[in-house]
Amino acid sequence: MIELKNLQKSFGDLSILKGVDAVFETGKVNMIIGASGSGKTVTIKCMVGLIEPSAGDVLYDGRSVLELGLRDKKKLRQEIGMLFQSAALFDSMTVEENVAFPLRMFTKQPESEVLDRVNFCLKRVGLENRNKLMPSEISGGMQKRVGIARAISMDIKYLFCDEPNSGLDPKTALKIDHLIEEITDEFNITTVVNTHDMNSVFEVGDKVVFLYNGKKLWEGTPDDILNTEVEELKDLIFASRFIRRAYGV
Amino acid sequence: MGVFYHFGKYLILLRNSIRRPERTKMYVKRLFREMNEVGVKSLGIVALIAVFLGMVTTLQTAYQLIVAWIPVTVIGEIVTETSILELSPTITCLVLAGRVGSAMASELGTMRVKEQIDALEVMGVNPASYLVFPKILATVIVIPMLVVIAMALMISSGAFIGNNSGIVPINDFLQGAQSIFKEKVFIFSLQKAYTYAFVISSISCYQGYYTQGGATGVGKASTRAVVWSCVIILFADYILAQLLL
Ligand SMILES: Nc1ncnc2c1ncn2[C@@H]1O[C@H](COP(=O)(O)OP(=O)(O)O)[C@@H](O)[C@H]1O
Ligand SMILES: [Mg+2]
Repeated sequence: MIELKNLQKSFGDLSILKGVDAVFETGKVNMIIGASGSGKTVTIKCMVGLIEPSAGDVLYDGRSVLELGLRDKKKLRQEIGMLFQSAALFDSMTVEENVAFPLRMFTKQPESEVLDRVNFCLKRVGLENRNKLMPSEISGGMQKRVGIARAISMDIKYLFCDEPNSGLDPKTALKIDHLIEEITDEFNITTVVNTHDMNSVFEVGDKVVFLYNGKKLWEGTPDDILNTEVEELKDLIFASRFIRRAYGV
Repeated sequence: MGVFYHFGKYLILLRNSIRRPERTKMYVKRLFREMNEVGVKSLGIVALIAVFLGMVTTLQTAYQLIVAWIPVTVIGEIVTETSILELSPTITCLVLAGRVGSAMASELGTMRVKEQIDALEVMGVNPASYLVFPKILATVIVIPMLVVIAMALMISSGAFIGNNSGIVPINDFLQGAQSIFKEKVFIFSLQKAYTYAFVISSISCYQGYYTQGGATGVGKASTRAVVWSCVIILFADYILAQLLL
């Protein structure tokens, strides 16, 4: 479980997060939704420590990141996996080297065990026998899957995904969503997904937090969303003509 | 104001880059990769420049010294001295600033805009020490070697062309070269090479590491890396000459 306590972030005079409280539950796919520029990426980056929050706290199963010492922070980092919007695979390394990277860096496993683990992770994301390819030689969807494999190569407890299906066709996007859902169940981890894609919210979301203008305006389950009275949330969900038509709104 | 801001940020990057690495083996691997990248891949261009500079310097020195009472061995002396003292360290490094500096800045810049540096950080790797330190160390090891190679090539190509064009017999050239060679000058030249190597790698890493603004940002960072490296090299050339000669 991850808790946000009054999380705030400003860049200079520009206030992006204005005090967000939220709880992300273990074993669930927690979704942060909001329009582009609403601060989803900033929220996730504050949570994983890429951005220093201006105020507030993040608690990982009760461990406050503000109070963690350097060693405990390092340990926490190794419990966190992240899938970036651009997959962020290392260009100069093969698929196999990418997935093996955290293992070679942080564990003292012998090479044979490293490779077993790499192959297990690649198989888990449905990418066998692609070990020796370079990131530039595989499609965007495959890059995301390698990104997931790299994120789970260590025994993680928390998985963060920033717009996991941006730039993918709907069918591939769905595959990635389901993969994230399966992995969350299988390893019983706390998953936080940023998205503006309503399709994934209804497909795999367990819990939804709606960000608007730097604040949490709404939270609930995907089933509750359709009955919401919050105008800003309705605007986001029913932005597409297709959905409006489907729901007769 | 802007200059101090960048200089401070630059020093912080350097300090972060000398933090203790997580797994030494991974860093050593990275070091060898960089040495290959900087050294082996620059050999061709360095050799080409050295050979032509050596020939041109010999021909032009001879042209300026066509007076009967000056012995031809002087040509050997002048070519050797300028090659060791100025041409091989400074010109070689100015060219390497273009070749090595832009490559470093654009590699790090691309890693920055494609979130690969963020990815390292989330994993718990210190990106400055993993990415920047091996680049600087490799450059500082390899560039002085390239400079020594350039010296040797400049002097021998000078001797060769002097002999072939009938200006100065090879034995006279080499006699002049030997009479002028001083260990002090050679060491001064190496000091220049070490300084320039550090300038090129640290400035280019700084520019690349803090790239902003997508693909255009990468292009800008790599241009700035080359321009700043060249400017600082020339400036350092002057300061070192004042201080050490
Ligand atoms: N490093 C930064 N400096 C200044 N402004 C930033 C920075 N990062 C993000 N922002 C601003 O914060 C706002 C929210 O960005 P972001 O979290 O990326 O939105 P999204 O919800 O689309 O992921 C945007 O207006 C963006 O311009
Ligand atoms: Mg975003």
